[in-house]
Amino acid sequence: MQHGKYRFIVGFLALPLGLYALFVVWPFIQSIYYSFTDWTGLSPEFEMVGFDNYKRMLDDDIFWKSLEHSLLFALVLPVVTISLALFLAFMINVGGRRRRGGPVISGVRGSSFYKIVYFFPQVLSIAIVALLFAFAYNPDSGAINSLLRGIGLDGVQPLWLGDPSLALWCVMAVLVWSTVGFFVVLFSAGMASIPAELYEAALLDGAGRFTTFFRVTLPLLWDTVQSGWVYMGILALGAESFAVVQIMTTGPGGPDYSTTVMVLYVYQKAFRDGQAAYATTIGVALLVVTLAFAAIVMRLGRRERLEY
Amino acid sequence: MKTTETPAPLPAESGAGVSKVDVPPTGRPAVRRREGNVLNVFSHGILVIWAIMVVLPLVWAVMTSFKDDSSIFGSPWSLPDSLHFDNWARAWTDANMSDYFLNTVLVVGGSLIGTLVLGSMAAYVLARFDFPGNRFVYYLFVGGMSFPIMLALVPLFYVVNNMGLLNTIHGLILVYIAYSLPFTVFFLTAFFRTLPTSVAEAAFVDGASHARTFFQIMLPMAKPGLISVGIFNFLGQWNQYMLPTVLNTDPDKKVLTQGLVQLAASQGYKGDWSGLFAGLVMAMLPVLAAYIVFQRQVVQGLTAGALK
Repeated sequence: MQHGKYRFIVGFLALPLGLYALFVVWPFIQSIYYSFTDWTGLSPEFEMVGFDNYKRMLDDDIFWKSLEHSLLFALVLPVVTISLALFLAFMINVGGRRRRGGPVISGVRGSSFYKIVYFFPQVLSIAIVALLFAFAYNPDSGAINSLLRGIGLDGVQPLWLGDPSLALWCVMAVLVWSTVGFFVVLFSAGMASIPAELYEAALLDGAGRFTTFFRVTLPLLWDTVQSGWVYMGILALGAESFAVVQIMTTGPGGPDYSTTVMVLYVYQKAFRDGQAAYATTIGVALLVVTLAFAAIVMRLGRRERLEY
Repeated sequence: MKTTETPAPLPAESGAGVSKVDVPPTGRPAVRRREGNVLNVFSHGILVIWAIMVVLPLVWAVMTSFKDDSSIFGSPWSLPDSLHFDNWARAWTDANMSDYFLNTVLVVGGSLIGTLVLGSMAAYVLARFDFPGNRFVYYLFVGGMSFPIMLALVPLFYVVNNMGLLNTIHGLILVYIAYSLPFTVFFLTAFFRTLPTSVAEAAFVDGASHARTFFQIMLPMAKPGLISVGIFNFLGQWNQYMLPTVLNTDPDKKVLTQGLVQLAASQGYKGDWSGLFAGLVMAMLPVLAAYIVFQRQVVQGLTAGALK
């Protein structure tokens, strides 16, 4: 078994690991290094400047706005999306009418239809979804305001993305719309693996649906909920929020910086303003926020693992 | 669970059998039953509402893509007066949608194959061979899942530029592969661990080399895992927006998502909204159609990682 083993290991690992090191690991290390320099990105020369970029960042109002919005994304989006998804998944899987002689718990009629439809947005690119909703939010000819006019609400015609106090929520709503279906399907799979005896026992003890949900379903689903939470938070801090904010809001970053997020600010500083070093500094802050978020969710969510 | 049938106080029938007319025991189940019906209507109602909310924007987009510009602005929710297929033709040829499709197919085709080959090679070695540094390499790959990609993108732009790979299809393919490896390695390592070792050992005893054992024995056995992770990567790479936005700015090389975003910006000046909607729907439909056909596999592929 030993013959040629190491040659084989090296041969198989060299290409994937090399590619990964060159395009992923090395840039990460570099960007932490660059955050201590005054590199513009436009010319190869730069000097070490110590913590100057970090000091500048702490005095930068736009940075604080972007941090605030990113934190809001990371807190609000998982709560809303996962609660809604848990509710819908519970209704789909356990909400069915109890029929005599049928199984104790059952899904509503058409449960597989709902799961298929809810998953639609998940297969679409977030860029396409963002474009679609940018038009739907259009105050004059967009789908939403004309729908409001159609049902007689002529007085209610918000500017949506043009209103600094609404724009951020409009953007978040799009992310909720596009991700709920994924979690419904994920939680449905988890709920399907909960043994029916547990529901039977709960029903015998006279538990209603609310009690069943909070005492049986949720505890047994907790691991899935927790990893979904981390997953959603990372998305909300990273690529997904970049796409929706960059595509949907003017600027980009919204009227009066009302929707700018950290990931977008990194992009703008590096590729629009020629301040690559400062961009990596904000990127490091984003890294810290992301890791802290994951650590807090894992810690708060730690529970005794329930075996069933 | 047969024993439950006898003691269970079934609401309607058991009430008649009880000789003592005791109000609370019979009354309460009846109330609960009505409450249950209300809940059923309520829960089904919400499921229907969410389904409408998912489908309505998509239907609106399809409808709009067949209308002319004046009716898009005048009456966003009316049905098209006639089916303007010329919108689609215009989007396909004049708006370069055909080029964007071709670029996307090339990039995703190349990177999907590369991701699966390199990812399974690395995962196989990490799952099946003990060597110093095995855990380190594994966590190096897996750690890439939780880091904000934007942080690496700033230096990566210059790495790719220095190698002469900026704005090239093959450069984009290499970067896609590198950023798809973390999840692919994570998923396939777990998958290779579940496969029985006896077959590979027998092949090895018969004189097959490690490499031959991998390609002829292990890869075919790992097919279900490769399909799941392949679908996951296909959708992720097809829908990718952030990587090409940074690394691929040549108008001729644009992929579908960027192309549409640029189209949205430029059609704003030209005023060809109907063409833009045709482009959007054109980009949406193939993925939605593929999802409906391969529904079960897609759902498995996308949720498999999160359930582990």
